[in-house]
Amino acid sequence: MTTVTRSERGLLPAAEPLALLTAAGEPVPAPVLPMPGDEVLLDLHRRMVLGRRFDAQATALTKQGRLAVYPSSRGQEACEVGAVLALDERDWLFPTYRDSVALVTRGVDPVETLTLLQGGWHLGYDPYEHRVGPQCTPLATNTLHAVGVAHAARLKGEDSVALVLLGDGATSEGDTHEALNFAGVWQAPVVFLVQNNGYAISVPMSKQNAAPSLAHKGIGYGVPSVLVDGNDPAAVYAVVRDAVRAAREGGGPTLIEAKTYRIEAHTNADDANRYRDPSEVAYWLSRDPLDRIEAYLRSRGLLDDARRDAVLAEAEAFAAKVRDGMNADVAPDPAELFEHVYAQPTPALREQAAQLAEELR
Amino acid sequence: MTAPTLSMAGALNRGLADALDADDRVLVFGEDVGPLGGVFRVTDGLAARFGERRVFDTPLAESGIVGTAIGMAMNGLRPVVEMQFDAFAYPAFEQITSHLAKLRNRTRGKVEVPVVIRIPYGGGIGGVEHHCDSSEMYYTHTPGLRVVTPGTPEDAYHLLRASIDSPDPVIFLEPKRLYWAKSEVDFAAGVPVDRAVVRREGADVTLIAYGPMVPVALETADAAREEGWDAEVVDLRTLSPFDDETVAASVRKTGRAVVVHEASGFCGYGAEVAARLTERCFHHLHAPILRVTGYDIPYPPPKLEEHHLPNVDRVLDAIARLQWDDQVDGVVGVA
Ligand SMILES: Cc1ncc(C[n+]2csc(CCOP(=O)(O)OP(=O)(O)O)c2C)c(N)n1
Repeated sequence: MTTVTRSERGLLPAAEPLALLTAAGEPVPAPVLPMPGDEVLLDLHRRMVLGRRFDAQATALTKQGRLAVYPSSRGQEACEVGAVLALDERDWLFPTYRDSVALVTRGVDPVETLTLLQGGWHLGYDPYEHRVGPQCTPLATNTLHAVGVAHAARLKGEDSVALVLLGDGATSEGDTHEALNFAGVWQAPVVFLVQNNGYAISVPMSKQNAAPSLAHKGIGYGVPSVLVDGNDPAAVYAVVRDAVRAAREGGGPTLIEAKTYRIEAHTNADDANRYRDPSEVAYWLSRDPLDRIEAYLRSRGLLDDARRDAVLAEAEAFAAKVRDGMNADVAPDPAELFEHVYAQPTPALREQAAQLAEELR
Repeated sequence: MTAPTLSMAGALNRGLADALDADDRVLVFGEDVGPLGGVFRVTDGLAARFGERRVFDTPLAESGIVGTAIGMAMNGLRPVVEMQFDAFAYPAFEQITSHLAKLRNRTRGKVEVPVVIRIPYGGGIGGVEHHCDSSEMYYTHTPGLRVVTPGTPEDAYHLLRASIDSPDPVIFLEPKRLYWAKSEVDFAAGVPVDRAVVRREGADVTLIAYGPMVPVALETADAAREEGWDAEVVDLRTLSPFDDETVAASVRKTGRAVVVHEASGFCGYGAEVAARLTERCFHHLHAPILRVTGYDIPYPPPKLEEHHLPNVDRVLDAIARLQWDDQVDGVVGVA
């Protein structure tokens, strides 16, 4: 099998998204990247099952009023899981609001992952514990933070890489362009992964972008770009792994566009029927990333009913843990409102804290 | 040993050099700050002395400069970045307000972002449009930021060093019109951050000023003496957090206050100062607190800026309007 390295591919993405597995889960005829090892494939499968169950649980919790809002990533598991598993522990992840499954895949506690969306506080986890930036709600601002962290790593002589996740809509924001330009000029070890799920809330790609693909946007910044089938977990893993390796070895940034689809509405508060046809959803359901890897693993004899049932049972236990955690009524302490504004509370903040404490007596 | 005489630009340059020397984590970057030394030469010679790894030019993109500085600070460095002019910091406004100011809070204290953003600030130098904005209120209104502006070269040196050492992000506003003003700088003086200072003692009225208006307030105090008013001058130095203690103590002593700033008055910084002092000193006040500010207009063209900017005469006029007893009852002072 001949495979093509990142530098051999040049700056431009291929016309068709790179894939390793067809929609039916068969290996593609002439792959340009090596298939991940069996252990990785099994791990991808397991984490995707856990991720999907987590996502369903979070959606259910919104219906019970336990979460203020939840942006589902159902259908995007190949990106959420594939990209994160391609990172090493020393690497950084900069997620958006939609990337909760990426966070739990990275090892962030599921309840801490949901703190932001639950409304308990703006962030539940320690960004340094797993090297995961705060989930970002302003679009595209995280791209610059990732470039800064990655550049700082180089300046400090470390070989860690930053992966930043963003959506198709976010590629229109100025910060995405500034980040790509800075990353190109600095040759920063950063990987941009655009999860192109077709819509920015209701706005389709046709109103977002006039370039042949979002990956084409890398060329103007001297950033090598790749278009990948975002519903193929093996391909997403392989492409991100390749880009991370290149970045670690001093090869600079990569822009990856993963073509995928958001099966649910933008968030639980959105009505997707107003802007898209149900037949479109049906088409994408037939390209489900989980079905795809499952078919492949079964054809290879790596997955049988027993193993699948074991993974499903693990996912149920995981969901139960999320449920229990979210159902526990933990009241945030209002006194904390005045902490963490400055390193030391100012006299004015101390006064205001005392005023609120008095009101609460 | 006598203290050397330095311009404010020179004092800032020395402050950056000493900070780079003292701490390997400090980086200086922005537009033209490398070999050119910045358009005001504040970073002159630093790239040659400290090398490209520590002092470097970036692409021309303010959001990019601040956004990457945030990432670098998250990863253990201490970036000091320059915005070329006040109004050109606006492209970075989102990074400043949404992330720089809030990251500590959003992460419950886990993430510190000790970034200093240096901004040449204010008018009085004949600059064309967008080069003379007084943008302090945008920043002071944002919790989580420190906003600092020096009025003398000595303060410039010490406040910059303190800002770079601060665990909180600092918007460091450098009054352009004072870049070339020279005075002695005592490097051992030590200036506390977050504290205002009484620049000149007086008994009758407090003039509250900061940054570019400090010399105007001091000149006014000299002129007021000839009119029989003994004016005290308070230099705020740090606009946020506000030093209520020093300012209120002065106003309780004098019973009268005039706040002076270049920025437009409406919803301006002087309104905040007047409100705070009214709340704290009402029973000590002999007159309402007055503001002398720029007009509520976009910053004017160079040939008209002198009409916009507060000057000694306007401050003197305000002092005269402070309901002095001789004016109120019309008896005292009449022969
Ligand atoms: C700067 C900014 N503008 C607007 C919004 C409101 N908003 C939230 S999500 C969204 C669409 C984002 O689409 P995309 O980047 O494709 O990501 P997706 O939600 O599809 O994952 C918009 C407009 C925002 N969060 N930030």
